[in-house]
Amino acid sequence: MKWPDPSQISARALRVWQRNFSIYKQNWKISFVPPLLEPLLYILAFGVGLAVMVGEISYGGEQLSYTRFIAPALVSVAIMYNAFFETTYNSFVRMYYQKTFDALLATPLNIEEVILGEMLWAATKSMIAATLMSVVVSLCGFFEFPGALLVIPLAALGGLLFAGLGMICTALVPGIETFNLPIFLGITPMFLFSGTFFPLQNLPGWAQQLAQLLPLTHLVKLVRGCSLQLWSGDLWLSLLYLLVGVLLLLPLAIALMVRRIVV
Amino acid sequence: MPILHVESLRKAYGSLNAVDGISFAVQPGECFGLLGPNGAGKTTTIRMLYGYTPRDSGRLELFGLDIDRHLREIKRRTGICQQEDSLDPDLSVRDNLIGYARYFSIPRREAQQSADQLLEFFALQGRAKDKIMTLSGGLKRRLMLARALVNQPEFLILDEPTTGLDPQSRQLLWQKLAELKGRGLTILLTTHYMEEAERLCDRLVIVDHGRILVEGQPRALVREHVGHTVLEIADPDAAVRDFLSSKSCRVEDLDRRLLVYLDDGDELFLQLTREVRAEGCTLRPASLEDLFLKLTGRELRE
Repeated sequence: MKWPDPSQISARALRVWQRNFSIYKQNWKISFVPPLLEPLLYILAFGVGLAVMVGEISYGGEQLSYTRFIAPALVSVAIMYNAFFETTYNSFVRMYYQKTFDALLATPLNIEEVILGEMLWAATKSMIAATLMSVVVSLCGFFEFPGALLVIPLAALGGLLFAGLGMICTALVPGIETFNLPIFLGITPMFLFSGTFFPLQNLPGWAQQLAQLLPLTHLVKLVRGCSLQLWSGDLWLSLLYLLVGVLLLLPLAIALMVRRIVV
Repeated sequence: MPILHVESLRKAYGSLNAVDGISFAVQPGECFGLLGPNGAGKTTTIRMLYGYTPRDSGRLELFGLDIDRHLREIKRRTGICQQEDSLDPDLSVRDNLIGYARYFSIPRREAQQSADQLLEFFALQGRAKDKIMTLSGGLKRRLMLARALVNQPEFLILDEPTTGLDPQSRQLLWQKLAELKGRGLTILLTTHYMEEAERLCDRLVIVDHGRILVEGQPRALVREHVGHTVLEIADPDAAVRDFLSSKSCRVEDLDRRLLVYLDDGDELFLQLTREVRAEGCTLRPASLEDLFLKLTGRELRE
């Protein structure tokens, strides 16, 4: 495996992004439904059904209603899902079943640009979903402005990170069924144990430390801190974690995909 | 200067030498055929020509440009029609062409124009708005070929363009390819249909096990390696075999069928049919298929 050479990557990667975007546009009405509806369903279920039993949650020195506590987590989970599912199932279908990558490689594009374009697109999907959800959540009065505007760049960063993770899985799985494994062992535990639905402090000490390794923990922390304007110094550490993660995972994903496709 | 220059090209997968030292050149305006049975190394060779598969060794030049340093430029000027359909199922027929033009950074208006011209050329204009899923195999192939021309290439690479097509689609595709050749387009074609190669190729190589067995013009190769005519004898009996063994001619024994390769003249045929047996004896011109089978053997591949 070889680390990708930056000279192999040009703005042509955006052509791949453009392809995926133009197809997304064809079906935007359907694509917009989940991010608009999902937060409403969760807020209804948790806010009305569960919040009365949970009461208030103490977070960052403030007392938060349970619904307010989980609203930023829902946006963070959507960022993870949109990017991860795009570069796993969707990219795999394009690579393996539709031969889209083969077609692209017969044009002036090269493999590094194709993979980068796919990941940029996946991050864009995260941004679209996070923005739409934030609008709904804000209309319900849960987000604070201007802090909540930072959700959009955070979605780009978090989207890139999970796009990289997804693409690494795509580079390694033997077949499309195998995605169940990283989803069951990685994505689902993250969904549950990243400070999403309960504060990490409720976990035993060792589990708290383990949770600090999970990228979603840091994304949730950042999204929650920004959207509720609960500023603290350790947000910088979480930001650093995501930045380093992106800088490592994207080249690794490209390198592994090159190894898979170029034989 | 040749359009394509291939020298000592090699590619191995483990212990299998998929391409084992192939050299040839394609001249401007000619249609060059790469013939061989399945697994001979045709597709691997083609894939190395546009940088999809890295080669182990050897030199590759297209348009006089070294492939390692000018791959993008080479791909911009080349049209590639891959063996497997890679059309975009999410786009309509016309948008497949326009979308593909984007990868070559062709301006939108220009792309639309050339898409419409190509649709007309390949008699696809009636299906312009249809989804790929609704197209038959023949229509998909035509669209694949149209797509390979969207960047107005100087060199067209076709990997088994008519495999799996019905005779009508095949005839139409051959006619279109002949037209393109008439306009001066240089074409490299892989196929295992001998009729296709005979009809389209000015020159060809037959490859097997990653090596070139012969190179030349199809008619000349047949004459040189097979002869002018072939006498086929169905269900040969002892009398026929005795007759042939008394003559000095090359006979291939397929048990239920004998093939006799003849250089010229039909005396042997006339003598056989008059004196021994007329039934089941056919004299026909030697074909590229005879040459192909002679060189690559009759045993089944794969």
